[in-house]
Amino acid sequence: MTREPQTQQQDSHKLTVFRNTYDSDNTVFSPQGRLHQVEYALEAVKQGSAAVGMRSKTHAVLLALKRSSGELASYQQKMFRIDDHVGIAIAGLTSDARVLSNFMRQQAMSSRMTFNRPVPVNRLVSAIADRAQVNTQEYGRRPYGVGLLVIGQDQSGPHLYEFSPAGNSYEYFAMSIGARSQSAKTYLEKNFEAFEACSLEDLVRHGLHALRETLQQDKELTIHNTSIGILGPAGVHEQATAASLGKEGVFRILEGESIQPYLDSMLPKEVPAPVHAPGAAAAPAPAPAGGEPAGEAAPEAAPNPGEEMPGALPTDDDVNMG
Amino acid sequence: MADGHQHPIEHRFNPYAENGGTVLAIAGADFAVIAGDTRQTEGYSIQTRYAPKVFKLTDRAVLAVNGFQADCSEFVKRVMQRIEWYRHAHSKQMPLKAIARMIQTMLYGKRFFPYYTYNILGGIEEDGTGAVYSFDPVGSYEREACRAAGAASSLIQPFLDNQIYFKNQTPAPGAAPFVPGNLPIDVVLPIVIDSFTSATERHIEVGDGLEMFVVVAKGRDVSQLASLNAEEIPATNPGEERVFIVRRELKKD
Amino acid sequence: MDHFPLSWGRPRNEAVDLYSTYPIHERQRHGQQHDAFAEGVQRTQQPLVTGTSVLALKYKDGIMMAADCLASYGSLARFKDITRLHAVGQYTLIGAGGDMSDFQYLQHLLNDLMIDEYTSDDGHKLGPDEIYHYLSQVMYARRTKMNPLWNTMLVGGFKDGQSFMGYVDLLGTTYTASTLASGYGAYIAQPLLRKAVEGRETTLTEEQARAIIQECMKVLFYRDARSLNKYQIATVTERGVEIGDAISSDTEWAFAEKIAGYGGQP
Repeated sequence: MTREPQTQQQDSHKLTVFRNTYDSDNTVFSPQGRLHQVEYALEAVKQGSAAVGMRSKTHAVLLALKRSSGELASYQQKMFRIDDHVGIAIAGLTSDARVLSNFMRQQAMSSRMTFNRPVPVNRLVSAIADRAQVNTQEYGRRPYGVGLLVIGQDQSGPHLYEFSPAGNSYEYFAMSIGARSQSAKTYLEKNFEAFEACSLEDLVRHGLHALRETLQQDKELTIHNTSIGILGPAGVHEQATAASLGKEGVFRILEGESIQPYLDSMLPKEVPAPVHAPGAAAAPAPAPAGGEPAGEAAPEAAPNPGEEMPGALPTDDDVNMG
Repeated sequence: MADGHQHPIEHRFNPYAENGGTVLAIAGADFAVIAGDTRQTEGYSIQTRYAPKVFKLTDRAVLAVNGFQADCSEFVKRVMQRIEWYRHAHSKQMPLKAIARMIQTMLYGKRFFPYYTYNILGGIEEDGTGAVYSFDPVGSYEREACRAAGAASSLIQPFLDNQIYFKNQTPAPGAAPFVPGNLPIDVVLPIVIDSFTSATERHIEVGDGLEMFVVVAKGRDVSQLASLNAEEIPATNPGEERVFIVRRELKKD
Repeated sequence: MDHFPLSWGRPRNEAVDLYSTYPIHERQRHGQQHDAFAEGVQRTQQPLVTGTSVLALKYKDGIMMAADCLASYGSLARFKDITRLHAVGQYTLIGAGGDMSDFQYLQHLLNDLMIDEYTSDDGHKLGPDEIYHYLSQVMYARRTKMNPLWNTMLVGGFKDGQSFMGYVDLLGTTYTASTLASGYGAYIAQPLLRKAVEGRETTLTEEQARAIIQECMKVLFYRDARSLNKYQIATVTERGVEIGDAISSDTEWAFAEKIAGYGGQP
């Protein structure tokens, strides 16, 4: 970003005003009992474009909005294959996501090497959450600036997890992360009860509807800016490749022409109904929700940077943010 | 040394064994056949009648591995993981010649405690031609039209030299000269089957079952395979190369 | 100057007087001191207290395994009430031959593994094939360090309606089959097992399987000098792992009286 020198000066002046005494080191609590560096990391997640995850009885899917830094650039990669039975979608710093996905791939491969077993998805997510936690406690480190939605399947069926830089991981029926993900969450909360029995096509359509909510006014979902990740048996539009996906249906990322039929299935957007559901997440899946993610914690006096700081508002063309 | 006999004679642990069996591969113009028997032995004992020695690595590469079973299975697992990581890093399947070079570096990496494995890699090159690469245990390798390895290699290789490389054959007067590596699939498969039935007759470590993998280039006609009860192994990327497997029983005595 | 090229670059061995510098009666005796490298890390170069064969077969309801209760010290029948069958979790059974202390180490290793798995408490249970894979990785890793665990083991199990049987030894060699026999049993019992079991894996009843195993154990007792007529039979089925009490076979030795050179006959 280029700025006039004067503007820069003004900005730095404002920054001094909002400067927080307890945010330069992740090992020091604020007097309110908060770790500001960790909360800033959660803000980094919100700077990335949105990703939506959901599951039915048979499938788990990821949908993500890809950004491009301009006409001349390609779109940012939003999804990574970890193993045949695990895939992730990311929001935040792409480079941090690559570190985490490499770690997850290593874990998946080492499980196959030692036990000839696909790594249990919950253990994989716990493993990265434990790594993230270390970064919130040790001096000289910084938290990961990326959030993940992880889908996976094992003997107990398909699963969806959210990973956050705070070191938390929760399982969900449906979830969204990234810029304007609250709008998607609102859609998911309204509809998630129907997901369990959905066919793959209906599930993806719901996902696209949720993802659409995160778009800016004049934008729409296209085959260029949308990625779909699927786990589970081949759907109606995948009959040509059904054999290669196997009975269980390995993780695959659909991009370009192959997502056209799914986009075509979308229903026109309703006239903005003023739905405003409280809370962040669509009911965490198996019983006790250990608590809301840290970013959503009760409001306190300390400034919530990012949202409030004028100079730090997310820009849609930040190349580091996927 | 004068007092040498006073010390106990050193009995060193031998970390290797030899588990019998034999493998071979033959390249065609636009296909490759990679085959191995399924018997596993130690000494005069048959340990099992079904231990696969031939493995599909990608849609266009198949590896046959023979020698010391523990090294074989460890080596194949490591090759497969390297190929998986290549897929992660490059979002495409590893080309055959790249796999061949990787196998050479992996084998040579253990030059001073070698994998006791004889590897034969077969499949389709990026230019669509059928190819066979053969390796020694420490990584020397070359591309060939055919190769046999393992317990019965000394029985099979001369036969292949004659049938595939046309050694000791002379073209009929006026006929075109022989060109190795261009035989059609319905000639190659019977040669493979005959090689193994013969080796089974004459070598005690060969027998029980035969697995033949056939890798065919993109768009190639596969109607000849139908009559052989070939079973297709689903491809990772449909519409490109295809891999089939043909199974036959061998004598179990 | 040492004129023997083979000695160049090696530590000087003072115990050897190559050039007869001293008269024989004056030669320096350095007691135990010889090759400095030989006293480094001690590794298993041969088994000490050993178990003999283990047998296993597949039948209708799962798998059956047997091993006798003897641990030999060379040709001495040293321990006559040990158990060589070991349950790992609720789906898996391991039977071991070879060095018994190495086997005890492996039992501890597998117990630790199962405790870790139990503690994660997420509904994922290791199946017999996964434990077998882990065990073979351990065995192969140790042989690669030239420090093997001197055992041959059979792994059997039953989970989710599937039976599993595999063999692994000190080299890391592995294979699966519907009948398995380690040690001397590979020569004596395996042919009997194959004849009785192959092709009947899904129809043999528990009684039939037990009769086959008992017959094989009896033949082994007659022929294997390191065996004992006291053995255990274990099964892994839908009911889990069941290791039976020690039993013995009825044997017939009357013929021995008539053999010259045996017992009373001169």
